[in-house]
Amino acid sequence: MSLAKRIIPCLDVDNGRVVKGVKFVDIRDAGDPVEIARRYDREGADEITFLDITATHDNRDTIVHVVEQVASEVFIPLTVGGGIRVLEDIRRMLNAGADKVGINSAAVFRPEFVKEAAEKFGSQCIVVAIDAKKVSQEGEENRWEIFTHGGRKPTGINAVEWAVRMKDFGAGEILLTSMDRDGTKSGFDLALTRAISEAVSIPVIASGGVGNLDHLADGIIEGKADAVLAASIFHFAEYTIEQAKRHMQARGIEVRL
Amino acid sequence: MSSVAVIDYGMGNLHSIAKALQHADSRVNVQITADAAVIRMADRVVFPGVGAIRDCMHALNESGLADVIREVAQSKPFLGICLGMQALLTDSEENDGITCLNLFPGHARRFADHMLDVDGNVLKIPHMGWNQVKQNPHPLWHNIPDHSRFYFVHSYYAAPDDPSHSAATADYPQAFTCALAKENMFAVQFHPEKSQTVGLQLLQNFLAWDGIA
Repeated sequence: MSLAKRIIPCLDVDNGRVVKGVKFVDIRDAGDPVEIARRYDREGADEITFLDITATHDNRDTIVHVVEQVASEVFIPLTVGGGIRVLEDIRRMLNAGADKVGINSAAVFRPEFVKEAAEKFGSQCIVVAIDAKKVSQEGEENRWEIFTHGGRKPTGINAVEWAVRMKDFGAGEILLTSMDRDGTKSGFDLALTRAISEAVSIPVIASGGVGNLDHLADGIIEGKADAVLAASIFHFAEYTIEQAKRHMQARGIEVRL
Repeated sequence: MSSVAVIDYGMGNLHSIAKALQHADSRVNVQITADAAVIRMADRVVFPGVGAIRDCMHALNESGLADVIREVAQSKPFLGICLGMQALLTDSEENDGITCLNLFPGHARRFADHMLDVDGNVLKIPHMGWNQVKQNPHPLWHNIPDHSRFYFVHSYYAAPDDPSHSAATADYPQAFTCALAKENMFAVQFHPEKSQTVGLQLLQNFLAWDGIA
């Protein structure tokens, strides 16, 4: 027995409220991130990730308050992503009680930011989020590219090479999202996940496409991911975290129960 | 009212550990401080830390807190966490070799690259996530089932010279020491403040501990 594979529920937060149509039955306020985080903690989530999708700069403080409240009563690792662009953004999140921050487009615009962040705050709190899309044609060798702007803008950067570079720059972990699969409920891009996980020595979190519990297990077993992240299957209360863990355990994966 | 000082030497965010201590015992007075006098006055001391050991030791030596730690670590219940555990050793391999506080004879060593698990998969570094902790008898494990999982994130681990100082081990893939104990000192590699119920229990045990092992 040793290290458990992790299940990480993700909350998309807009102006301090969870979006993506959350439908919990027995909580007072279905859109309250603090209540939802509390519930995930009770169900045995290994970590919780908040993705701040607040569009307007003026309302960005709302996520800080969310993190502060959650960190006061939920004692598992918390990650915050979305809008992390300068070192001061990281400091604010860590001071609010986050343990890690996710850096996405800011790393693409200026890769040295990851290096500076890791040197300043330590690799353990720097998660580089990679949004990748398959660009190779049928019959060609697999090739994935980094996309920004929610998967709309190609960058020409090879995703596997990028992951290695981010690791060399001091990333402590990679959060890998397949933009082809995100929202489809058809499972992770396992070839992509495996290619990245085998290319880097740091942990990889698989994301994008989870529709059932077998998808989670596949991400670990076939994708070689160290952790799996999902939003909607937990939001809609289709499955609890505990059910997901029991299922993964039945498939031979070590989990924390 | 009993008090606990959380030593603030500029290495990372202490919000979590302070909140967790307060949660573990609402009656305790938790102070995040860099003030030697406050640390000396406190009933108990917590020595946290994240980041690189060179920066950690530099900050401790520059501020004079290294001497304060040496002093209080021998006189009252003292808990080192993560880098705060590694700093208690004689030295660390990190940053090409750094001299540490030498309160526990031994060394912080890096996990080897390309270690394999039983299925032949490469083990990632840092060792990150929830791993099982195999206890050696100590009052701070009170009410915590043996082999409970705690949250780890680290690339270096403690190798104490005296095996009797090991208060617990975890496997990655070989057994390594993940808790140290000697007299009134206890130190853990994992993060009790991020280890949910069992972590809070350990902190509660620490806040109730008289420092006698």
